[in-house]
Order: sequence, then C-alpha cells, then structure tokens
Amino acid sequence: MVSTDTIPRQSGLFARLFSFDPVNPQPLRLTLNTASLLLPLLLWTAVTFFGTVDTAFLPSLPQVAASLQEMAASGLLFADIGASTMRVLAGFLLASVLGVPIGILMGSFPAIRHLLEPLIGFLRYMPAAAFTPLLIIYLGIDEAPKITLICIGTVFFNVLMTMDAVKFVPRELIETALTLGCNRWQLLWKVISRYSLPSILDTLRINAASSWNLLVVAELLAADVGLGKRIQLAQRFFRTDQIFADLLMLGLIGFAIDMAFRLLLRLSCRWCS
Amino acid sequence: MDVQLHHVGKVVGHGQQRQQVLDDVHFTVQSGAFVAIVGRSGCGKSTLLRLIAGLDRPSSGMVRVGGLEVKGPGPDRGMVFQKYSLYPWLTVAQNVGFGMAIQGLTRAEIRERTSYFLDVVGLAETARKLPRELSGGMQQRIAIARALAADPQVLLLDEPFGALDLQIRESMQEFLYRLWERNRITAVLVTHDLEEALLLAQTVHVLATGPGRLVCSLRPGFNHGDLAALRLNYTFLQWRQRLADRLRAVNQQETSRPVL
Repeated sequence: MVSTDTIPRQSGLFARLFSFDPVNPQPLRLTLNTASLLLPLLLWTAVTFFGTVDTAFLPSLPQVAASLQEMAASGLLFADIGASTMRVLAGFLLASVLGVPIGILMGSFPAIRHLLEPLIGFLRYMPAAAFTPLLIIYLGIDEAPKITLICIGTVFFNVLMTMDAVKFVPRELIETALTLGCNRWQLLWKVISRYSLPSILDTLRINAASSWNLLVVAELLAADVGLGKRIQLAQRFFRTDQIFADLLMLGLIGFAIDMAFRLLLRLSCRWCS
Repeated sequence: MDVQLHHVGKVVGHGQQRQQVLDDVHFTVQSGAFVAIVGRSGCGKSTLLRLIAGLDRPSSGMVRVGGLEVKGPGPDRGMVFQKYSLYPWLTVAQNVGFGMAIQGLTRAEIRERTSYFLDVVGLAETARKLPRELSGGMQQRIAIARALAADPQVLLLDEPFGALDLQIRESMQEFLYRLWERNRITAVLVTHDLEEALLLAQTVHVLATGPGRLVCSLRPGFNHGDLAALRLNYTFLQWRQRLADRLRAVNQQETSRPVL
C-alpha cells in the first residue's frame, strides 16, 4: 500500500540536526540560534527556582541581575569594564602591530621564515601566565606588565597564523604583479597583504579571544579595578552573584568584539564573500 | 622589440631529482612577430616563456630582449597566464589600471588609457564590476587588457585560452589575432593546441620532450585575413596534420631511446 502520509526519514529531528545541508529557511536558523542561548538560561532558571541547588553556590538570575544593577549604580561596573577593555585593547593592538607585519614577512620570504619560525614555534609554547613574575620584576605593577602579558599571549599566534594566511596567495597573482613592474615592497603591500586581508582579519578575530581570555590572569597582578580583579575580590567575600555578573559581562563584551570583527570583515572585503 | 634565445638550457633539482628541462634552445623572435611554441606537456614550453618573462633564470645560455640580457621580470614583458589572474579585490577598471598605477602614471592618464583598453577588449560596460562577476572568457580578456595597458614591448601568453570552452576559445583566438594586428606587438604564445598555433602565429616552434629542445620551426605563410575560413582550409588542415605527425614522431623517438 502506498501511503502519502508517511514522513520520510530525512525530515526527522535527528536527521535535520545532523544534516550536512545548509539550514534553510532563515526562521529555522534564527530559532536554532535563539535556542542556543535560551535553553541554558531556562535550565539555569529552573535549577535555581526549584531549589535543588543552594543559591549561595549558584545564584538565581534575579540575584545576578540585582548584583549587576548594584555594581552599575555604584559606578564600579563601568570602571571595571573601562579598565579591562583598555588593557585588552592595548595588549591586543600591540600584538597585532608587531605580529601581523612579521607574519607577512615570514609568509612572503622563505629565508625570513627559516630564520624566525623555530624561535617563534618555541616561544609560543611558553604559557604567557608563566611570564608574570618576570614581568613584575622588569616592569613593576602598573598597567605595563598587564598589557605586556596580554601581548605575549597573543603575538606569537598572530605571527604564525598571519604567516599561514599569506602562504596561500596564488603564485599567478604574484608573478603577474612582477611582470607589471611591481618591486618587492609594492608586491608586499599591494598584492600579498591585500589578498590576505580577509584571512588576517579572521586571524585577529580568533586571537582577540585569546587576549580577552588572558585578562583575568593579567589582573591577578596587583590591579585595583577590572572585571577579572572584581571576580577575585568577589571570591574573597563569597559573592557568587557578583562572579556570575562579571562572567556574563566578560562573555558579552567578548561576543561584541567578535561581532565587530565580523562586521569589519564584511565591510572591508566585499569581494571575498 | 625582438627576443633572442641564445643556446638556452634549464636544469631543475639536484642529485637524483636533477632534470634537464630545456637543452640548447636557440631562436630569435623578430620584433612585431607573432610566434607560437608547441609541444607535449612537460616539454618545457612554459618554462621557456618564464625565462623570457624573467620569472626563472636559465642555467646556461642567455635570453635577450631588445638586445639586453633578461635579469628579472619587468613591465616591458607582459604576461597572461592560463589561470585567471585578476586581482579579486579590485574592480575590472582598477585591474586594467594596476600596471599603470605601479609605473606612476597620473590619474587622468590611467583613467583615459583604462577606458581605451576596456573598449579595445569590448568590455567597457564591466568597468565597475568585480572579476568574479565576469565569465572566464571575459576575465581572460581583461587579463590581456591589463597586460597591454602596462605598455609592454613583448606580450607573453601561457596557454591563455586553455581553461575556456571550445566555442569561447574560437572567438577569443579571433579577438587576440585582431588585437595583435592592430598593435603589432611582439607576441609569444605557448599552447598545446596545434590549430591555435597555426591559426595565430606566422612561425611555430616545435619542442620535443625530455629534455625540451627545438626540433623544427614552421613558417606556413597563411593568409590570416579570415580565421574562420582558414580553420577549414585544406592546406591549413594538411599543415596541422603534418605538425601532429611530426610531434608524434619526435616523442616516439624519445620513448624508444634507452634510459641512461
């Protein structure tokens, strides 16, 4: 018997979730994206609401919101956000200004690559946090060691990932430029860097996350303000609600940085989409 | 400008990997001539073109363009590759103007010459588009316009239509020939398409494989006035057959030779 009402296997929830096809239509995609954030939130609310966990350990959503409001009212929140963002921004910018040009040079010139790759491959495996004592000895306890720490933790990845991006410039593009009269600096600037720009921006987007992750470690170093510092202080006073509030802020700002990079990529590289 | 290949040899690799790609290739391309180089894949014909472009250096002998030894790539020798090599982030007009901008022409000059060359290749309406919005044939026409706009003395073409459909290929061959007729620029075309070589060039150099060496040069002396008719011309077809036989013969000789 031919039945028209049997649902084909492909339309089952399992098959739809684990399908290699792009998700269409748009509303379904939006539903999945929303569920990604909403489901954990619901779970959290349910767990705290039904009292299965001590709220001293896992504060409820309203408690966290109240804590956030309290910190905002006292101005502490904005001071923390400002201080933390400035540190990450400074460390990350430094790591980019140093890392991207070195990466481009290494990707373009094999001799430079052979000269620097072993060193950077080696330095990369030294955890940035392990430099903390040295940084205090060398740079004191102000902003400089914090920024440097974030820079150290990011710069080597910027170099190596930029180098990899640059290696993919098609040979024809380089050789055409040479037959059109480019010298090597014009080639670097007008062809190689330009072609790799989308991948470099993507590299920076990914490594901005590492910079952001290093923030809390950096603020272990004698800081007065900062989201990471606040979390440490909150632990001392057993303010789990504050820890949660600051964690949420750290996640949100990181997410915003990621979105900003995606926007920048879309605006500056229309040709590659 | 004329191109002189003076007993050119090229060796790549070392030790066990050592391979003689070209051996004692010697010929001259007269200024303003259209010359084709044909041969099986691996006969070193692309290498030869790269030597003229200055992208590779010969292991022995010398390449001279306009009497001067080639020491590296330069804007006097424009090159068109088989793979579409337009800059994907630049518009069509910016691609055509790229070489002129590098050479420091003023904006007004660049604009004027760009629109001239876009007209020449019949793609003026695509000036503001990105390369990816164009078909393969159009992209290749832009690549040729870009090479010509940089005002080279020699145009080097490495299988320029190899990636195109047969029909587009024929119209592109027509286009290239008319362009050459207009400019009378020295042109060196590398191709494995024997019809293409005989159709466009006055002289066809035949290379044999392993190592790549010049076996003969043909000067059929066709009337290129009507390329479509020439394609079907009896004498033309005979020449083409003779060329194919010749290529087969030299390569058979090659395979039957004892391996040293």
